[in-house]
Amino acid sequence: MKTMQESPAIGLRQITKAFGAVAAVKGVDLSIQPGETVALLGPNGAGKTTTLDIALGLIHPDRGEVELFGMAPARAIAAGLVGGMLQTGTPLNYLRVRELIELMASFYPNPASVDEVLKRTGCDQFQRQLTTGLSGGQAQRVRFAAALVGDPELLVLDEPTAAIDVEGRREFWRAMRELVEDRKTVVFATHYLEEADAYADRVVLMANGRIVADGTPGQIKARVGSRTIRATLPDVELSDLLGFDGVVNAERHGPSVILTCSNSDQVLYQLLASYRTLTDIEVTGGSLEEAFVELTREDGN
Amino acid sequence: MGLIYVRYELLRTLRNRRFVVFSFVFPLVLYLAFTSADRHAKLGGVPFPLYYMIAMAGFGALIAAISIGPRISAERQMGWTRQMRLTPLPTWYYFAAKIVAGYMVACLTLIILYIAGLAFGVHLSAINWLVMTALFLVGLLPFTILGVMIGHLLKPDSMGPVTGGVSTLFLLIGGGFGNIGGDGLLHKIFELIPSYWLIRAGAVSLGGSPWTLEGWLVIVLWTAAFAFLARLVYLHDTARV
Repeated sequence: MKTMQESPAIGLRQITKAFGAVAAVKGVDLSIQPGETVALLGPNGAGKTTTLDIALGLIHPDRGEVELFGMAPARAIAAGLVGGMLQTGTPLNYLRVRELIELMASFYPNPASVDEVLKRTGCDQFQRQLTTGLSGGQAQRVRFAAALVGDPELLVLDEPTAAIDVEGRREFWRAMRELVEDRKTVVFATHYLEEADAYADRVVLMANGRIVADGTPGQIKARVGSRTIRATLPDVELSDLLGFDGVVNAERHGPSVILTCSNSDQVLYQLLASYRTLTDIEVTGGSLEEAFVELTREDGN
Repeated sequence: MGLIYVRYELLRTLRNRRFVVFSFVFPLVLYLAFTSADRHAKLGGVPFPLYYMIAMAGFGALIAAISIGPRISAERQMGWTRQMRLTPLPTWYYFAAKIVAGYMVACLTLIILYIAGLAFGVHLSAINWLVMTALFLVGLLPFTILGVMIGHLLKPDSMGPVTGGVSTLFLLIGGGFGNIGGDGLLHKIFELIPSYWLIRAGAVSLGGSPWTLEGWLVIVLWTAAFAFLARLVYLHDTARV
């Protein structure tokens, strides 16, 4: 088990993949350490699903190397280290919900308790129903339970909340937090920006088959100057404020100023040191949406 | 892993009502119809009740075997096949579970037809029942592998006509609805088709071995050929997805 701790949960080196004339992934390097929760964020067609499929060994890359826990994907999968919730899945038909989860559990060497998983995912409410009669939200829970029941070290979720409403999404992530221990690795693809922001401790932003940014949600936002400081600060010239390190833009509205910052912490220290009259300080994160638009535009050209 | 997958595969099969009708009810009804007509007539020396017992069991079993195809095809479309590839379950086990479940359904068809046969006065020694059943099950093998192959070749929407057509054609040529080949060249050609030998298992009542060396060769070669093609189709299919 020593190698498992030393090797990244997912290691991709210079992955490329084209489907016919369309280059889906153009040289992706990605290393995800055990225990990380990583969001793979990007618009449709960014290459997220292809990247995940390659990591899981479902697709062979044209070039590049893939390892899961220092092994070939097939070996890591055979060892029961991987669980997945793929985008296209519908639960296997002619089975009851409970039977499907029991079946999935039977494939893994050290599965979680079926009762526990059914209960925590809310599937116990309809565990006797046939999978064919489920609503969209119920089917989503069943697929989630199916991915969890093997108690894998690495959980890969491809747009896990694509088909459910905002309330359902929150519930999904709450269950996720409760059910998946911190030491497990979770990688999820999403195009819901607030989801990546709220649930991942690292965001990998993809656009046009490339990784265009990689960092904490905070760092991603900082890179495009999208944290805003509002404060009351009369009688100071905007040009002075623009002189501070980390200030990207400055506006004045009467006595208050609005500073767009690439590094709001640094700016705040400077402001506090310079102006005794600074009051009503308010720091807001620019939405990841803004960061996203900014970064994908940079790459797009 | 245990046998839970095989058990649930069988359960899934039996929950499909249309399938149950075609695999159990249909062959039984046809058997009663054919045999009631004349229970003393013979076909190639084999009495009607015995001949059609195996022929109609062959009908149900062929459908069970080839229906592995639509099931795999539907599971591919559902994304289950991809899901399975993320679990530690080996690929061979997935196919084995399908084939074993197909065989279990075939055995149920056999039992139903055997009971009907007994009711129509089929009389065989214990050893002949065993030999007949064993040959029947061996003769089914190429068709289960054919099922696996078409499951990776075709989309679910084209499955109905294909599986219906393929199983009916094989049954017809094999003599499942009576001898249509006569005794000439056509018969010689039909002897090269595995379903001929599947149904030929019923000739156990004539004494001696129902299968000649040719019969064994036909079964082995078709099995090998289908296995080779199924592997190609599978590799092509999984490389693309």
